[in-house]
Amino acid sequence: MTTEVDPRVFALETKAISKSFGAVRAVDQLSISIFREWITCIVGPNGSGKSTLINLLSGMLPIDEGIVVIDTVGIRVLKAHETPDHGITRTFQEVRLFDQITVWDNIMVGLTERRLFPSLLERTKPRHEEKAEEILRTVGMWEKHDAMAGDLSYGQRKLLEIGRVMALDVNIYLFDEPFAGLFPRMLERVKAILKEMRAQKRTVIFVSHNMDIVRELSDHIFVLDSGSLLAVGEVDEVLGRSAVIDAYLGH
Amino acid sequence: MALNTQAVGNLLRRRPRFARGNIELWANLVILSWAAAFMLWQGVGFAITVSTVFAIWAILAVSLNLVVGYTGLLSVGHVGFFGIGAYAMAILSSDASYEQLRTEAIPTFGWPFFAALPISVVLAGLVAIVVGVAFNRFRDDIYVLVSFGFAVIAFNLFLNWRPLTRGAFGIHEIARPEIGGWTLNGAFEFLVLALVFLAIVVLISWFIVTSSFGRVLTAIREDEQAIEVFGYQTAHYKLAIWVISAMMAGLAGALFGSWTSFIDPNSFVLLESILLVSIVILGGLATIWGSLLGAMAFVMLEEGMRFLPFLPTEYVGQARQVVLGVLLVLLMLFRPQGLVGKFRL
Repeated sequence: MTTEVDPRVFALETKAISKSFGAVRAVDQLSISIFREWITCIVGPNGSGKSTLINLLSGMLPIDEGIVVIDTVGIRVLKAHETPDHGITRTFQEVRLFDQITVWDNIMVGLTERRLFPSLLERTKPRHEEKAEEILRTVGMWEKHDAMAGDLSYGQRKLLEIGRVMALDVNIYLFDEPFAGLFPRMLERVKAILKEMRAQKRTVIFVSHNMDIVRELSDHIFVLDSGSLLAVGEVDEVLGRSAVIDAYLGH
Repeated sequence: MALNTQAVGNLLRRRPRFARGNIELWANLVILSWAAAFMLWQGVGFAITVSTVFAIWAILAVSLNLVVGYTGLLSVGHVGFFGIGAYAMAILSSDASYEQLRTEAIPTFGWPFFAALPISVVLAGLVAIVVGVAFNRFRDDIYVLVSFGFAVIAFNLFLNWRPLTRGAFGIHEIARPEIGGWTLNGAFEFLVLALVFLAIVVLISWFIVTSSFGRVLTAIREDEQAIEVFGYQTAHYKLAIWVISAMMAGLAGALFGSWTSFIDPNSFVLLESILLVSIVILGGLATIWGSLLGAMAFVMLEEGMRFLPFLPTEYVGQARQVVLGVLLVLLMLFRPQGLVGKFRL
């Protein structure tokens, strides 16, 4: 049944990772393997551990047990500020922008120097400005570049957050519900961005409840239920299984 | 329909911006012209004194704004570093022969001002490293409480570490600055020196807040966890700005000690810290000009109260606190971003 797969085809793997909040096991001995340069979708009912998984993979929560394998390197302790070095970045389910700075500066923090002392000496360079403008035009926010991020509408905030991660040149992008609450036009734009990332050989992982989009975008899908894996595989096939329909789509 | 909503939106957006520009302009005009008129009326001696007091408060306000306004760490412990700078200056530079005449001898070194000054600044910085490492675990309201604790501990050390500070008696005969045999004894010379140091502090602060580092500080203020995901080790950034700010406060303390030539623990009580936070908020968070303006308004208010004809002199001290308190409440009600600021805590 199981065929041996070369581990190099995986951008990211989890090996029996667990996370508990008190008595609740939000993620329970979860092992998943994310294919390189594919769009992978994670679905599941509310409370199935999708967001917890994203938080674990982005280092925002410590992993209780198990390891994460990124680019065939096993990592036991993943710290948030080290995730870009491992080639990972993320967006948040509840959009978390830097509200009281401009749209422009929100993009800039993704582009500028990370090290303490060099960042003190660094002023904004033309290459930063060109890149920031390119990103803002891609997400359709260029006209708003001088606005405070906190003054934007919900959809614009969502787009800006996606633009902010595009400023990071990493291999793996985690999107926690990037399509929730977007108007159709913005939805198309985000879809195009995700497809473009795949075309540029990036690995995209996203969480969504919108099954039409999941079907349209995903190359691969994981279904979570109560913190463990319920189903995995090709989209139409997985979403057709009766167990998946019972657990998730049935209600 | 679409056009209509857009027009209404524009109207709604434009009004507050118009109002803000107005208040900023008026705040600048009123405070600056008030200061100028006051100094002209009271004469040169008064002008020099209030300007020196202003320079010292302004260094403190600008440096605290780096921590409170830009990084979002509401510290009420800044007076501790101010005191450390002042005491370091006092102990290092106080006249040794004069001090040993007193009943409680303390170690004094009789160093010149410019030798004691860098040591005072570095000492404040070293203490800030230790305190900052501990403080980095805290945030928001708990941060206020632990910084409060630091201010109280610092005051009690100044008061009770008598073999070093002579406690409530204070330290006298603190050295005046001296450049190659020329002592800056005159009030005007000292003012020039204080303004030069203020200019240096403002320049350094400006350099910091306009750099990539400064942008990261504002992002930390807005969402510390989110900025970590972008590869920034926020603990290091917070510690760095904390230490830089503390060193500036140490500089202000050293200047203050030398200027008054006598210090005792009463100059470094918690209330001074709270007044300082008020100045920063009054002027506006995350704006250097706002802190300068806030410090000027505060000094003018403090000195101005003395000339109120119906107020007996013994109540001046308390009255200025009441007025400042009322101003702060009004400001928070109607203009939480301060006189020229854009941000809220």
